[in-house]
Amino acid sequence: MRWILVGIMVAATVASDLLQSYEMKRAGEHSVDPRGLIRLLQTIARRRYLILSIACLAVSFFSFMMLVKVEPLSFAVPASAATLIFETLLAKLVLHEQVGLRRAAGALIVLIGVALVGQ
Amino acid sequence: MTAAEEKRQKEAIWRAYSVVTLFIVLKAVGNLSLAWGMKHLPQTMSASRLEAMLGPILDPFVALGVLALVLALLTRMALFSLADLSFVLPVTAVGYIIAVILGKTCLHEPISPQRWTGAVLIAIGAALVGSGSHKTEIEIE
Repeated sequence: MRWILVGIMVAATVASDLLQSYEMKRAGEHSVDPRGLIRLLQTIARRRYLILSIACLAVSFFSFMMLVKVEPLSFAVPASAATLIFETLLAKLVLHEQVGLRRAAGALIVLIGVALVGQ
Repeated sequence: MTAAEEKRQKEAIWRAYSVVTLFIVLKAVGNLSLAWGMKHLPQTMSASRLEAMLGPILDPFVALGVLALVLALLTRMALFSLADLSFVLPVTAVGYIIAVILGKTCLHEPISPQRWTGAVLIAIGAALVGSGSHKTEIEIE
């Protein structure tokens, strides 16, 4: 059951992150002051990929809630880092971002760490 | 690059790191509060599946956790407008280690040597990725 929850959480998070990154890049820079947050909420309401990303995030969030109920926090949070390798790969392949060798190696080391944490 | 452009670039990087810090704090508080609340929910029979799903949100700790994580989400979305996905995600990976420390200190979870080793590896990997952060494509409009 724990790995099913992790799988759902990871897939939903990857989808949400990619959609958010793609759409926020198009939306332009947002600040985190109260006015900026209101503008951010308006941006979310106008852009359907952001709405879809919120839906994916809700799926991910409920999976995470169930996971922290039945598993230790020290497992649940690191297990969610399994998203990192997929997101780095997809950032390169889908978003065409620059991902250097050092960053890719770092992401891989993080994931090896996550695998150990999950044992 | 002119001096003015260089100054604006430095300010953009400073802004990105400030927002990263805010995100990490909100995420840590949210995760801890949510985990504490979910693990200490009263064992009651729910009338419906909907009630079973939404009931935990009424718990104060779960509600605080949800609020902090929603704020963390909004903060991260703003961060995505400042920096690349492949910069944001690895740098915020330090949150995974914080979660292990909070699990040990606040929730008294037993942490195996493998788990600590994994946490250290995550830190090294995140630092390695973060060390290339000056190359992140912070856009100035």
